[in-house]
Amino acid sequence: MNGPEIYCTIFGFELTETIVNTWIIMAIAFVIFYLLTRNLKAEGRPGKAQIIGETIVTTMDNLVGSTMGKDKMRFGAYMLSLMMFLVFCNVSGFIGLRAPTADLNVTFTLAIMTFCMIHFNSIRSVGLKHYAKEYIEPLPFLLPINILEQFTLPLSMGFRLFGNMTGGVIIMGLVYAGLTEMMFLGLVIPVPLHFYFDGFVAALQSFVFTMLTMVFVAKGIDQ
Amino acid sequence: MEGLFIIKAASAIGAGLAMIAGIGPGIGQGFAGGKAAEAVGRQPEAQGDIIKTMLIGAAVAETCGIFGLIVALILLFANPLLG
Repeated sequence: MNGPEIYCTIFGFELTETIVNTWIIMAIAFVIFYLLTRNLKAEGRPGKAQIIGETIVTTMDNLVGSTMGKDKMRFGAYMLSLMMFLVFCNVSGFIGLRAPTADLNVTFTLAIMTFCMIHFNSIRSVGLKHYAKEYIEPLPFLLPINILEQFTLPLSMGFRLFGNMTGGVIIMGLVYAGLTEMMFLGLVIPVPLHFYFDGFVAALQSFVFTMLTMVFVAKGIDQ
Repeated sequence: MEGLFIIKAASAIGAGLAMIAGIGPGIGQGFAGGKAAEAVGRQPEAQGDIIKTMLIGAAVAETCGIFGLIVALILLFANPLLG
């Protein structure tokens, strides 16, 4: 069991399997969403692609509205992009790619983006004074613990996504390594495991990551 | 040389022990799932909200198990003790 492969080094920049897989996934996602948003019609009968696209956007908008509150609908676009990126990354195991989210660099980048969003929006909505006051409540000597709490949040979010996806990758790797000698069983056994690790866990973890981002951003704004 | 083998063996045992952390999330998620089932039984019309809340709770409860997994992974694949 190895980490992501390093293909080559360009000017000290390592081109890893994660980056190449992300490019492939971006290309697939771009094509799919281009096909879904082509020929949009406001009047008359919409096509099948438009109905699918509208369903996705409406579902996500409803989720954002019910989780963050109706006054924070402007986060809908970011949350949908995040969710779609995570879904496409996580299910990439189906086509034999190593999921980019099974790399700490990707999950921590996303977690740090969430962290910055929480604090930027929090400061912008409640003001710096009120924001700073949050840290010495309920008692001033709890300041270190409050600061620590803020930093464990992205840490746990990043590790949760990474741990779940890496666990799946490792178990699938072990299964495939154990099945190399068995011709027929090798065709049957991985199928349900793929549906569990690349289908169910993947969708669940992308949902959970997006949901936690929404909850914490909304909490930061409303505090 | 023998010291290296002892470190490797101890790391493998340590990785196994670290995965005992999986007990906690198992109990916690089972508890969350059971309570959610109860809540759906009492209020079937709120099923969507209950499932959403349960998934968040279960995911947060999972964190300590995932930390155990990370420790096990570090011990097995990126062991700092081997230098």
